[in-house]
Amino acid sequence: MPCIEARGLRKAFGTTIALDGINLRLEEGRILGLIGPNGAGKTTALNAILGLTPYQGELRVLGRDPWNERDLLMRDASFIADVAVLPRWMRVSQALDYVAGVHPRFDRAKADSFLARTSIHSNSKVKELSKGMVTQLHLALIMAIDAKLLVLDEPTLGLDILYRKQFYDSLLNDYFDRSRTIVVTTHQVEEIEHVLTDLMFIHHGRIVLNCTMDEFESRYVEVTVKPEHLAEARALKPIHERQALGRSILLFDGIERQRLAALGDVRTPSIADLFVAVMGSSAVPAQGAA
Amino acid sequence: MNTQSNAMSEAFESQRAIPGVMAATRPLYWSVRRELWENRSLYIAPLAVAAVILFGFLINTIGLPHRLLDLWGLDPAEQRKHVALPYDMAAGLMMLTGMIVGAFYCLDALYGERRDRSILFWKSLPVSDLTAVLSKATIPLVILPAIIFSVTMATQWIMLMLNSAVFLAKGMSVVGLWSQVAFFQSSLLLLYHLYAVHALWHAPLYGWMLFVSSWARRAAILWATLPVIAIAALEKILFNTTHFVGFLGYRLAGGGEDAMTAPGNMPIDPTTHLTPLRFLGTPGLWMGLLFTGLCLLAAVRLRRSRGPI
Repeated sequence: MPCIEARGLRKAFGTTIALDGINLRLEEGRILGLIGPNGAGKTTALNAILGLTPYQGELRVLGRDPWNERDLLMRDASFIADVAVLPRWMRVSQALDYVAGVHPRFDRAKADSFLARTSIHSNSKVKELSKGMVTQLHLALIMAIDAKLLVLDEPTLGLDILYRKQFYDSLLNDYFDRSRTIVVTTHQVEEIEHVLTDLMFIHHGRIVLNCTMDEFESRYVEVTVKPEHLAEARALKPIHERQALGRSILLFDGIERQRLAALGDVRTPSIADLFVAVMGSSAVPAQGAA
Repeated sequence: MNTQSNAMSEAFESQRAIPGVMAATRPLYWSVRRELWENRSLYIAPLAVAAVILFGFLINTIGLPHRLLDLWGLDPAEQRKHVALPYDMAAGLMMLTGMIVGAFYCLDALYGERRDRSILFWKSLPVSDLTAVLSKATIPLVILPAIIFSVTMATQWIMLMLNSAVFLAKGMSVVGLWSQVAFFQSSLLLLYHLYAVHALWHAPLYGWMLFVSSWARRAAILWATLPVIAIAALEKILFNTTHFVGFLGYRLAGGGEDAMTAPGNMPIDPTTHLTPLRFLGTPGLWMGLLFTGLCLLAAVRLRRSRGPI
């Protein structure tokens, strides 16, 4: 059973189409990065997956219909919307008590041991904690839940780099194992690059790129072309070209690495480079679509 | 291999723990506790009012025996008025406090969680919208009457002790005082009144406010009251009648006369004057409860689809 399966997922707000017929299949044990510009439909897609918004089309998450079975789904799925949703009046101990009370898969000892490594006191109120500490608390709550699916929507928004790094380190080292599935959206693409197993670009409510990271590494090549080879390189139809320090950097899709090595310095592009290439050139929106 | 079998046995354990009564009542129980954590005014406001009542009573009671001596020649009903009146006033004030606290609680219950975005956290947990709304309805219909009852009882008991102390200090008998205050009878009466009138009869008012708080995008208090005022004004302008106002007045102040017969002479005896059967036979009660149910159902549906504002 796939963890998430969507067919023709559509959602419109009035005349604005947020999701325009998305097809998606995510197996368990994957870490999917959902990347897109603001307003691309990322959050709408996640909300549909979490049963927070109604939709048209077919969608099964862990075999359930999220819109009609949200409470059942949440026994096996959990999410962090963004850093600001923990109620400010709540004490840390109350948050632990409450989640332990309502969640059959919550391991209180695990949450306590995670919090013991931070400077968070169990008697503090959420509003007394710094933004980074609130995120640590939320992460402690989520990581102590034995969930099959974890959805993170901009989980590190507004955090400084130390907390951001710590967040993903904790997630990978203490939480992720091969049986769990994680879906994450973020604007700080470079920070999750090495974490992902799957990559998806979404733009104007459509999926414009969907591949595994292995495919990504073998398909896309970035070449800093020597000036004398520029015409030759352009003839190979790069999907994007940019200038840096007076050199032309061309991005190719599906051209052999050895062939390109003759034209200049070859490297695998970063996700951000590919993102700019795919999003920036609206003339080729479906270039990378799998 | 090992981790897999561990995971399987864990899954089996929790599968076994999920079904049954626990799954239904545990989230409700914790959600009600959560409401009490968040809304400390539910018990702080009645306690504060009780403190004010006790302070006023203390000042007043010092001069009471003196005034009573002047009244000693009067009939017992007249005496009772002076002795027991503060107790009745205290109970009345506490009930009024309960209504105000309940109204403000309901108007914020499903609105505040959307405004501070915490609804996204609550919805990330396996608690259904039905459980969430029911836990919020439990507060004015079950918890608040219990709080008001307990605080009123404690207040009246302290008042009686103060009264007795002053009486004894002046060398007066407390027998008359105790029989006139009729502490245990009045406590039964209060409990019945709170649940019959303040919970069941007023339920549609709370249901309406919960519905509005689940629906409004801003200023829930205005949305809850302005349409009501508008309907009353429109009726007055168009038909020059006040049926709607009368209807509301009956809902706010009525109910009590069906729940018990108020005899001319006090104190009310709970064994003879309570009329629960007549109360349960009032069509208005059942119409009100039906309206409450519809409001709560609408609130459940709205909570499912409404996100943070």
